Amino acid sequence: MAAVDQAHLFTFLCRMGDNTLVLGHRVSEWCGHAPVLEEDIALANTALDLIGQTQMWLGLAAKVEGKDRTADDLAMLRDVWDFRNVLLVEQPNGDFGQTIMRQFLFDAWHLAMLTALTKSTNADVAAIAAKSVKEVQYHVERAGDTVIGLGDGTTESHQRMQKALDLLWPYVGEMFVPDPVDDAMAAAGIAPDLTDLRGDYDALVASVLAQATLKTPEGSFAHKGGKSGFQHSEHLGHLLTQMQWLQRAYPGASW
Amino acid sequence: MSSPNSAYPDTPEAQDKPKRQEWPLWEVFIRGQHGMSHRHVGSLHAADEEMAIKNARDVYTRRNEGVSIWVVEARHIAASSPSDKGPLYEPSESKVYRHPTFFDIPDEVGAM
Repeated sequence: MAAVDQAHLFTFLCRMGDNTLVLGHRVSEWCGHAPVLEEDIALANTALDLIGQTQMWLGLAAKVEGKDRTADDLAMLRDVWDFRNVLLVEQPNGDFGQTIMRQFLFDAWHLAMLTALTKSTNADVAAIAAKSVKEVQYHVERAGDTVIGLGDGTTESHQRMQKALDLLWPYVGEMFVPDPVDDAMAAAGIAPDLTDLRGDYDALVASVLAQATLKTPEGSFAHKGGKSGFQHSEHLGHLLTQMQWLQRAYPGASW
Repeated sequence: MSSPNSAYPDTPEAQDKPKRQEWPLWEVFIRGQHGMSHRHVGSLHAADEEMAIKNARDVYTRRNEGVSIWVVEARHIAASSPSDKGPLYEPSESKVYRHPTFFDIPDEVGAM
């Protein structure tokens, strides 16, 4: 097996870490605002799980890069164009239903991806995936149950969930479209072929949406540009101004 | 006039809003790492028992407290009334002989 290009590996690890970092921050925005106390705590738990996973992915990315940067440097001192998360995770929270729909659509991909990564030829990647996959199994179960509860709920909750699905569905495709980085990872056995994940994803999503009485939007148009860094949505910049504010205003500040 | 639906300006606000219903209350029992019995740890709200277990997991086992969760809807718990305290419990106060403190433990038994 050919030695993998370290720059590609770095990009791949940033994608994994940026997905969890950006979504973790988004979910943390609910802290103190969720509709009920129990959901507030559950969302905070999910956010913390994702931030914990970020520390591992970006920590490994920094090690692979070998430029004396830390996970914190990568998280707090890069600007929008250096982020490699998919567009889905940077989308705004909207209402609670939109947040849960975004969570479910990502979690279902995340679970399939991490499950495959536990068999990675890279031992560090496999170890991070093995630790994360248990957390994500719970995330997908919780988000899926809530999608069903709200989709098959009142007229208003159903309407809102359908609206959220229609809004977010065009962001699903990006998670499954491989580029040269993904091809290099797959060739080295570090990560799966993304197209192989689609079958399980579609089956899980279809089953949950059917129970939720929601209609999968037609068409396969997919927004792109997040994981390549080519064209993030405007929302990511706003998110970073909040997330990175402290390190920007007080460089090097620590607890 | 109904207030605008801020999250979705295009989605009309339901005219006849259902009355806000609180989810039922559930009592939560957790069995810890080193215990045989489930202990009452608190209560929470949830729509059904599966959600109650998930909520209990998130609210009460964040610090690795538990290996098993029981939930029971609070209305299913029958409880003694505080006003019955006298007749229920006070009679046993004067019956110290019900405590096994009047026996000499043979040395061979060791620590009990």
